[in-house]
Formats: sequence, C-alpha cells, structure tokens
Amino acid sequence: MKYRRFFGEHLFHPLIGAVLFLVVWMILAQSSEALPGPLKTWDSAVALFSDPFYNHGPNDQGIGWNILNSLGRVGVGFGLAALIGIPLGFIVGRVEFIDKMTSPIISMLRPVSPLAWLPIGLLVFKAANPAAIWVIFISSIWPMIINTAMGVRQLPQDYLNVARVLNLSEWKIFTKILFPATLPYMLTGIRLAIGTAWLVIVAAEMLTGGVGIGFWVWDEWNNLNVEHIIIAIFVVGIVGLLLEMLLVKLAKRFSY
Amino acid sequence: MKNYVQVETVQMSFGTRKGVFVALKDINLSIARGEFITLIGHSGCGKSTLLNLVAGLLMPSDGILLCADREIGGPGPDRGVVFQNHSLLPWLTCFENVHLAVERVFSATEDKAQLNLRTHEALELVHLTHAEQKLPNEISGGMKQRVGIARALAMQPRVLLMDEPFGALDALTRAQLQDELLKIVAQTNSTVIMVTHDVDEAVLLSDRIVMMTNGPAATIGEILGVGLPRPRNRLELAGDPEYMRLRSEVLRFLYERHAHPEAA
Ligand SMILES: Nc1ncnc2c1ncn2[C@@H]1O[C@H](COP(=O)(O)OP(=O)(O)OP(=O)(O)O)[C@@H](O)[C@H]1O
Ligand SMILES: [Mg+2]
Repeated sequence: MKYRRFFGEHLFHPLIGAVLFLVVWMILAQSSEALPGPLKTWDSAVALFSDPFYNHGPNDQGIGWNILNSLGRVGVGFGLAALIGIPLGFIVGRVEFIDKMTSPIISMLRPVSPLAWLPIGLLVFKAANPAAIWVIFISSIWPMIINTAMGVRQLPQDYLNVARVLNLSEWKIFTKILFPATLPYMLTGIRLAIGTAWLVIVAAEMLTGGVGIGFWVWDEWNNLNVEHIIIAIFVVGIVGLLLEMLLVKLAKRFSY
Repeated sequence: MKNYVQVETVQMSFGTRKGVFVALKDINLSIARGEFITLIGHSGCGKSTLLNLVAGLLMPSDGILLCADREIGGPGPDRGVVFQNHSLLPWLTCFENVHLAVERVFSATEDKAQLNLRTHEALELVHLTHAEQKLPNEISGGMKQRVGIARALAMQPRVLLMDEPFGALDALTRAQLQDELLKIVAQTNSTVIMVTHDVDEAVLLSDRIVMMTNGPAATIGEILGVGLPRPRNRLELAGDPEYMRLRSEVLRFLYERHAHPEAA
C-alpha cells in the first residue's frame, strides 16, 4: 500500500474513481463517432482556457465572460431573493396567522418548475436578461422563506424565556437571540437556493440567449462543437461545487 | 416588609393532549423581604412551575401572585432567574452572556467601563475569570451553571429565583458556591427562592423550607422554619443537634409521608 501513503488517504479513493470514469469515457468514445474522448476534450479545454477573456462582440466572448455573466445573474436574482425571502421568512415564522395564510400558497408554488415562470418574466420585463434574473429569483426565494421560517419556529423556548426575564428590547431580541438562532437554518436555505439557482441558470439562458454559460452550451450545440459542450458540463459542475463548498464553510463557521 | 412575595390560592393547570393536567393546587405562601426559601419535593411535583409563576414566565390558572404588593404580570429584571438548564445563549461568550443582563439593568445609569467592570466582577464571583472569552459549548456543565448564576447575580435583583442552581456541580464546588451565595445574600439582603433536591443544602441555606407533596395537584405539604443562627458554618453545623433534627424532619417528610409513588 505504498501508493496509498503516497497520495494520502483523502485522495486515494477519489483518484480511483476519476481514473475509472476516464476509462469508461474513453471506451464510450471509442465506440461512438460523435462523442470525443478525454484527450481531445482536454486539448480543446487548454485552447479554450488559454484566452478566457477575449471579446469579439456580443455573440462571441471567452469562456471566462460567459461564466462571470451567469454568476452575475445568479448573484443578482439570488441576492434579491435573499433580500425579500429572509425577512419574509422571519415574518412567516413569527406571526402565526400569516403563516397559516401563506403556507398553502407556498406549498403550491414551490414545486413549480422555475422555467415555467420565464414567460411571465419576459412578458413583464420585455427583455431577456431581467427575465432570466426573475427566474433565478423565483427559484431561490422558496427555500429561503421556508428555512428561515422553520428556524424561527424552532427557536427554543428557553432562549425566549431569557429574553423575557431580562426584558430585552425587540431590537436586542432580534440581534442577540432571533437572528443568531435562525442563522444556521437561513444558511441551509441559502445553500439550497444557490444550488437550484445554479441548476436553473443554464436552462434559463438556453432559452433567453445572451452571454452566459447556458447560452454558450446552446451555441456550441448549434456549431456541433461537442468538446465544448462537455467542457461546459464540467465547468458548471465545478463552479456549483465551489459555491456549495463556500457555503458549507460559511455554515460551519456559524453552527453552535 | 413582611409579605414581600405573596402567593394566594394559586392553581396551575396545563392543557395537554390527554386533557387538562392540574400541576399545582391551592398554593399559599408569603415570603418576607430578605428571606431565604427553599422548595423541596420529588421530581415532577411542580417546583419549577411554582418558581416560573413567581418569575412571571407562567400565568396562574387561578389565584394571584404579588411582589412588593403589585401583581406579577410578567417577568422583569427585578426578579433574577437561574434556570434549571442554565439557558445560556450559545453564540455569546460567557462574558457577553452576563454583559447582556448587566447592560439591560445598568446601562441607563452607568458608562461602558462600569458595565464591563460589573460583568468581570460577576464572573469573578463564580471563579470563572479564566473562561470569560469561551463559548458555552467550550465549558463544562457546572461552569455553564455558574455563568447562569453570575448572570442572575449581576442584575442585583431584589428577588433571586434559582432552579437547582448547584445541581450539576461536584460537592466541592457546590459547597464553595453555597458559602459564596450566603455571603452575597447577607450583603445584598436579597430575597431568595431556590429549588433543590439536596436536604443538606436546604437546611444550610434556608430560613424556611417549603416541602411539596407529590403531583398531580401538588400543594405545599409543610413548611419548616430553620432557626439556626447566621452566619452558618457547615463544619460546625455537621454535629449540631438542631441541624440533625431539621435534616431528619425533611427526610421524614420526603421518604415517609410523601414517598415517591414509584419508590413506595
Ligand atoms: N408546559 C407544560 N405542559 C404540560 N405539563 C407540564 C408543563 N410544564 C410542566 N408540566 C407538568 O407539571 C408537573 C410539574 O413540572 P415541574 O417542571 O414544575 O416539576 P419539578 O418539580 O420542577 O421537577 P424536577 O425536580 O424534575 O425539575 C410535571 O408533571 C410536568 O409534566
Ligand atoms: Mg424542575
């Protein structure tokens, strides 16, 4: 088990998985005309990433711009959802009659595919970009409302008793008790939201066009550049993974 | 003041899944200013419930509670509470937990430095200066309980309500804190109501021991006056015949007349 020590415990198993994955991919590529193999894809990726930020007009930009544009849309849609969803979650969790009023609506709207909202966005905003942001917004807002509200509802009575005995002001109760107690739940909501948002952006951009990783995939499909499509899949996966890791790290920092 | 805290024909019922559960019934008690009262009784008889009623965290189903001739309508910083499960806020350090209470009571009259000093002093009193900057999850159960005590003491409440404050402590720390408490109480002349399971603790600390019958519908079974002179010294008391008599009196109540149903 010399190799095992060499690569370290953490890398050993994932490495086997990666090698196996590449082998399967190679075999599949051998038996199919259309599917490029790992080596060909790698060469194409090296070429692509050697100049990620070129700009030849709106329909031909580097992969870096495409990723940043998609991230920007997710950021704005997601940020707006947080801005509205988190306070709404606090209200829903704290005020019982609002909870009862809104919960059937939320339960009904939550399972709707975010893309179904795209036509509404196009109709209202009459432009592709805000419509894509709208879709991100609508897909991110549900997990944020639901998880924040759950955090508020699960606030232990003990903490509220402390607040009552000390006779804390509403503001102190919020900053010292309600907010920190709810934070881990909020972060769960944010994590779920950003996961879906990143899932949805690719599909939304395919439909709306513009600069972005989703539209890029669609464009490369029209060019029949399969290597680039495969690269896009990896890029979307890796960026999603990085976002997730970032938020898990953040959540760890705030768990008690 | 003779009747500083008054509990008059108080009844407490809880709505449960199986219907109404009467926890306390016909509780009458009046406590003089500066008096030290302990509540003793078997687990589940309603000691915490009675304490929470005085704290104002619960409202009685029937009857009335008064503090300084005013009806207790809710909790307030004039009645400091040490909770049975310490109830520290896990995201605040020990210092911040105590500071939150200090700030609430004294920020109108004192500046920042004085508030900090008060917080330091309160933690020093329970020997936790070294753990000031630690989070509650980083300290032991007994230490958490001591922070809870510091928090309540730091508010300098007129009435101190303590729910088994020394329950989680080892015998040595417990004795030390009992002595400390006696000193503080003598100094501040605060009125104390303390729940305990420990017969020795009850006799050592109290002016009167309130012994409760078993629930449901628990009530006060007997009140035992402790006439031992103060300041009390635990070593001298150990062989004192009056101390022995009081101790066996409580034991007899708990284990003969109101033995726990399961134990009987
Ligand atoms: N919120 C509540 N709802 C229903 N029943 C309750 C509630 N709070 C307390 N009780 C019941 O009232 C009784 C008294 O409870 P309490 O906590 O006051 O007991 P206790 O004497 O403090 O016990 P321990 O010594 O174990 O702390 C128990 O039977 C308990 O089940
Ligand atoms: Mg109790």
